[in-house]
Amino acid sequence: MPALSRQEIFENVKQTLVDALSVEEDEVTEEATLTGDLGAESIDFLDIVFRLEKTFNIKMPQEELIPRDILSNPDYVNDRKLNAAGIAALKQAMPHADLSEFEKDPDIDKISDVFTVGSIVRFVEAKLAEKG
Amino acid sequence: MRWIWIDRFEQVETGVQAGAVKNVSLAEEHLHDHFADFPLMPPSLMIEGMAQTAGILVGEARGFAEKVILAKIKRARFDRLVRPGETLRYRAEIEQLTDAAASTLGRITVDDELVGEVDLVFSHIDQNISGLEFPQENFVFTEAFMALLNTFRQHGGERIEL
Repeated sequence: MPALSRQEIFENVKQTLVDALSVEEDEVTEEATLTGDLGAESIDFLDIVFRLEKTFNIKMPQEELIPRDILSNPDYVNDRKLNAAGIAALKQAMPHADLSEFEKDPDIDKISDVFTVGSIVRFVEAKLAEKG
Repeated sequence: MRWIWIDRFEQVETGVQAGAVKNVSLAEEHLHDHFADFPLMPPSLMIEGMAQTAGILVGEARGFAEKVILAKIKRARFDRLVRPGETLRYRAEIEQLTDAAASTLGRITVDDELVGEVDLVFSHIDQNISGLEFPQENFVFTEAFMALLNTFRQHGGERIEL
């Protein structure tokens, strides 16, 4: 399969989200958050990951999408909020995600808010590049 | 009350596919209300029957170590009414299986005629993405549920160890 352009990846991700979440195509913008704007619940993530794995023929391990080992590490978490060291570790583990909003209130229960359509596209892009 | 919507577990090919049977009978109370003059097997209960068939398939694939919970009805379409006296056959196959979850494809037939298709997503809830914790005991594959597998064993399938 020839390498997909970023636009082609975006279009495939968009179609996946339209099918999985029953949203309108024009709602699926780069900046839209999966949970806040598109109404995804945590169980929808399972469905979305399966659909993306099938569409792009890639593997999307859960621990790479959301690094639970960081979020449950007592060295990184105080009172359910990530400390500076935790945020630094998270940035390294989630290069696909834009954490700038999350950093303002790093409540670990709000981690799924960091998933925008754009971050999913970047994750898929990185996985396709790994595959070569 | 036993919330079990399959009568007999017929076959399982570990991690691949499974089959079960459900006889639709007027002795079942729900058919008298759905509907009084024209009893029909409700599609919602056929989805439940498929969820139980596919759920056992997904559970068996990991030796019943995981708590397998129906997470999502990905797709359900029904093409034909089902009346008392008919026998439903559920066939489920695993589409994808990971440590966290599984997706299944399912077909429901009566006498080889397609009744509907039900595609599902299951969660292994102890591996959930939100990091929530659940009771230790396996409340999904209870004794009542596992007894279904005894019907399977009695029909010659001896591979499942309870």
